[in-house]
Amino acid sequence: MLTLTHFLVLSAILFSISLAGVFINRKNVIILLMCVELMLLAVNTNFIAFSYFLNDTAGQVFVFFILTVAAAEAAIGLAILVVLFRNKRTINVEELDTLKG
Amino acid sequence: METIVFYVFSTFVVLSALMVVTVHNPVRAAFFLVLSFFSSAAIWLLLEAEFLAIILIIVYVGAVMVLFLFVVMMLDVNMAELKKGFVKNLPLALIVALVMFSLIYMVVGGEQFSIEKFAIPERHAADYSNVSALGQVLYTEYVYSFEIAAVILLVGIVAAISLTLRRRPNTRHQKIEDQVAVKGADRLRVVKVDSHARKYTIAEDKE
Repeated sequence: MLTLTHFLVLSAILFSISLAGVFINRKNVIILLMCVELMLLAVNTNFIAFSYFLNDTAGQVFVFFILTVAAAEAAIGLAILVVLFRNKRTINVEELDTLKG
Repeated sequence: METIVFYVFSTFVVLSALMVVTVHNPVRAAFFLVLSFFSSAAIWLLLEAEFLAIILIIVYVGAVMVLFLFVVMMLDVNMAELKKGFVKNLPLALIVALVMFSLIYMVVGGEQFSIEKFAIPERHAADYSNVSALGQVLYTEYVYSFEIAAVILLVGIVAAISLTLRRRPNTRHQKIEDQVAVKGADRLRVVKVDSHARKYTIAEDKE
């Protein structure tokens, strides 16, 4: 028998793993972007679980918009990454300190 | 039956998410991310969100992850450099993840989301359409947000193209607008040449 807690704990585990991933892969921007996508997946799973258990479609509409914005975010983020690599020949976060005074 | 499906797919999700954050090769990380998206789509199907499960596969696996793979393969990244500090950051990452999980679990694991408060809803009938239910609220109640989402996607397209568009001055290419706008006077110049302006002599020629 599946309760709401099952789904909430699953997305909590997913969110924690991706948060750990941000700390582990502190240098690689591509993996960082993937971790952000995993976090959004955890959040979306929460929304859909609540939408199902409260019998309300608004949660699914919210997930729809999150998916839209996340797709735009991934596209722009990767475009910035390509331009960054073209100019500096690296994607190491620690070498991106041009704005540091 | 549903419980078995849930546990199988959530194991897939958790394991592939672990592989995404620990594997060194970004191409493999992208493929594990694809696996976790697929398994999450199966879990969303259990929650009767059929439309969003399909959208997750089409948009994420079909478009976003392909974009990730393209970028990973386009960039010539020195992976050995980026691997450094992996072990050093591991204890901190574990501590942060455990603290985060226990904080969330304190909220979601307690009584307030238990089966007494949130009863398991009835399954919908076989002719129930999730797509039409979602469409009926999306195009009426949330129509302005829907249009804003469309504008956001347009801005995303324009931003991504204008960021990566590169003007290379040394390459040779056609300038169509110049070719169309050209006039006869730009191409052909009539010069009067006096045919006896200079006399050659044999002595000059030999020099």
